Amino acid sequence: MASMRDIKRRKESVQSTQQITKAMKLVATVKLQKSRQRAENNKPYFNMLYDTICSILAKTRNVDHRFLKESKTNKKAVVAITSNRGLAGGYNSNVVKAILAADLPKEDTFVYAIGKKGIEGLRRKGYTIHQDLSEVINAPLFGDAMELTKQLLTQYEAGEIGEIYLAYTNFKNTVTQEAKVIKLLPIDPEDFDTTSVADDKLLMNFEPDDETVLDRVIPKYMSNIIFGAFLEAVASENGARMQAMDSATNNAADMIANLELSYNRARQGAITQELTEIIAGADAVG
Amino acid sequence: MAESKMTVKIIAPDRTFYEGDVSFIEFNTIEGIIGVYPRHIPMTVVIAPGVLKLETAEGTRQAALHSGFAEILGDSIKILAESVEWPEEIDRNRAEEAKLRAERRIKDSSMDANRAELALKRAVVRLSMTKH
Repeated sequence: MASMRDIKRRKESVQSTQQITKAMKLVATVKLQKSRQRAENNKPYFNMLYDTICSILAKTRNVDHRFLKESKTNKKAVVAITSNRGLAGGYNSNVVKAILAADLPKEDTFVYAIGKKGIEGLRRKGYTIHQDLSEVINAPLFGDAMELTKQLLTQYEAGEIGEIYLAYTNFKNTVTQEAKVIKLLPIDPEDFDTTSVADDKLLMNFEPDDETVLDRVIPKYMSNIIFGAFLEAVASENGARMQAMDSATNNAADMIANLELSYNRARQGAITQELTEIIAGADAVG
Repeated sequence: MAESKMTVKIIAPDRTFYEGDVSFIEFNTIEGIIGVYPRHIPMTVVIAPGVLKLETAEGTRQAALHSGFAEILGDSIKILAESVEWPEEIDRNRAEEAKLRAERRIKDSSMDANRAELALKRAVVRLSMTKH
């Protein structure tokens, strides 16, 4: 049995770790609230963009547009959104796993990585990082998403890449976050629900014409999806960290209770032993 | 003309910028400045940098609207603005600097002239709004 002093020291160390995890959990909770609010503020904008694209596509069926066509090159780009900090449970490794499961060939994929942890994970799996935009996730701005979209579109239009994917963690609620990979370009008209478009919108006129509007709307749609993904990723990161730290705090509490028990047992054992020794000593003298 | 109203909703990526009833709205599109009264035909237009004017019951309000697009549907207008600000949110010094920078870039042929042109337009709109 470990000595009393050892057990005590171990208990103290677990206690101070518990204090840290507890503090981290509180910080993550506050941050979660904020980031969730931001993610929700983005929803109306996103929904309307989606509706607009639906109505354009409903009206102009079979439109021949470069953003809708399959491209010839089989090179791909993926925007991987992870976090800069660890201690968030499976948050980062789930994104990496999702990318691996999405069947993106290692040699033919340009990785636009956001988040140091994801970069480490993807490098280990053999991906080359095309660009490191890690600082973005600390405080995502719409301008960042626009800048990234522009880079992706330049590459897309130059024919260097044929498909663009986005890997991020979808924030479902405080306890469930889901890492997923979605396709940004080329846009698949099947993804848009064109059947439920209201009749009055079918009379919609597009100025100057459908294609120009589609041309302008799709980059905006992309930057908004990316921006929305930033916000969701931040919310998910904090949610995941909150949960991870919550279970760490609980585990620490369990450990402390166990150590307390063995400490008391060791103490009781020591007292009993001492008593036995005294009695035995007294017997020998008497 | 009879006073009729239409609901205007201006949505920016991170907030709902404005929501309310107006009798007239004016803004700049890539096809030129347009003014919209209630019961307009359904139309979607792409916005160019310019001044947004709203005739509300309380009076005229202005804002700097830089990019995005608008969906006009008879009695309601939705504007998706990537960048929009009230005059009191504009930093005059910053706009002044941006204007000078853009002008310099337009002269310098090695820079992207289209981008500088857009930046100049934005700066001019911002400055014109804060003048009075």
